[in-house]
Amino acid sequence: MWTWIHKLGSPPHFYRIATRLTPWFGWAALLLIVAGIYGGLYVAPTDYQQLDGFRIIYVHVPSASLSLFIYVNMALAAAVGLVWRIKLAHAIAAACAPIGASFTFLALATGSIWAKPMWGTWWVWDARLTSELVLLFLYFGYMALRAAIDDENRADRASALLAIIGVINVPIIKYSVDWWNTLHQPATLSKLGKPSMDPDMLIWLLMMLAGFMCFFAAVVLTRARAEVLLRARDQRWVRQALEGR
Amino acid sequence: MMDIPGLGTAFVLQVKRDLQLAFRHVGQLANPLMFFIMVTTLFPLALNPMPRLLEAIAPGVLWVAALLASLLAAEGLFRQDVDDGTMEQLALSPQPLALMLLAKTIAHWLITGLPLVIMSPVVGYALFLPRDAVPTTMIALALATPILNLVGGSMAALTVGLRRGGGLLSLLILPIVMPVLIFGARATDMAMTGVDPAGALYLLAALLLLAVSLTPFAMAAAMRISLD
Repeated sequence: MWTWIHKLGSPPHFYRIATRLTPWFGWAALLLIVAGIYGGLYVAPTDYQQLDGFRIIYVHVPSASLSLFIYVNMALAAAVGLVWRIKLAHAIAAACAPIGASFTFLALATGSIWAKPMWGTWWVWDARLTSELVLLFLYFGYMALRAAIDDENRADRASALLAIIGVINVPIIKYSVDWWNTLHQPATLSKLGKPSMDPDMLIWLLMMLAGFMCFFAAVVLTRARAEVLLRARDQRWVRQALEGR
Repeated sequence: MMDIPGLGTAFVLQVKRDLQLAFRHVGQLANPLMFFIMVTTLFPLALNPMPRLLEAIAPGVLWVAALLASLLAAEGLFRQDVDDGTMEQLALSPQPLALMLLAKTIAHWLITGLPLVIMSPVVGYALFLPRDAVPTTMIALALATPILNLVGGSMAALTVGLRRGGGLLSLLILPIVMPVLIFGARATDMAMTGVDPAGALYLLAALLLLAVSLTPFAMAAAMRISLD
């Protein structure tokens, strides 16, 4: 078990495994997302109140969940890198940030497209919108700090510390913003036991969520591979790996 | 072997040293305070000096100005000590770096945070803040400004080695201290409308405890990364 983990921590080994896994995740993501989009847009019944307008949740909810999921992932990878000094973990954390920021932006954009017909305005200072916006700022801060430090080792550790501070703060920000104001409808997926959604609609949402997860896995592995190659650019295994193709 | 001063002694000495250094440059000392007063002066000029309007925006203006003033102060918290090598000696000293940095931040709060708390009634008066809201605002600011300094200190320690730290520092600090702004401004707002602000004050106090117990270690870790 432990030797397997240690082996995974070595860049060449990770590179090989990631190269093999990426297409699997990529194809799974494509299949799930295509099926989920078809199901969500054509098969799922129309909402009695929001009519067809609700269908944007098939993109909105998965991106919103992923925006937070990726941040936690990034902080975990950063913590592993900081505590056990595994460079690979830092590479993964660095690979996570732009993807997470993109999903956060997507969640905000789809949310405001939904809000325009439903609430009559593109933006309201609603609790969940605002905490999502703060999350976007947290991602930007992380990426800006990483970009501002030239030395790779220092950039890794400084941004890892920032990610950990950020992840401790996420629940506080979330809670404070909830306390500050709320007019959003209650969360769609929060009640795991008894979802407030019709099963015919929910199944496609879960499919989209799984598809987005696979998409994230495929993209993060690709980005991490590039990051690993960049970091090990003067080592022999990189030349072998690239010439062997 | 040389006698090593105890933790308490070292802590007090560190606070004293920083205060002494600060009082040697009285001009710089007043900068955050001046900034706080100037920013609050800008609002009546930019908007409309109508008492009712000013009263309505007073909590927000007061709190945003305090936040920005602490942001401005955070920039210089560790810079000089890192530049002249004092920080390296602190990091090498037998006392835990976290404690020493906490001492520095407390001295920093006494210089930059406490004056804001003391001046807030005057600024509040100029903004037509109702008199009932003044004590609550002072208590809330007294709880909030140390949090701002502690978080600012952690982020300043992360960016102290960088040449272009300024804009970056605000990008790092502002999202993290947003809850402080929310609870603080809401405490003032509640006191203005006659609602009991205890809830908001307790939440600020809880955040302060959290910040005092966690940020010194974050500061120390960040400083060690920056000193590398």
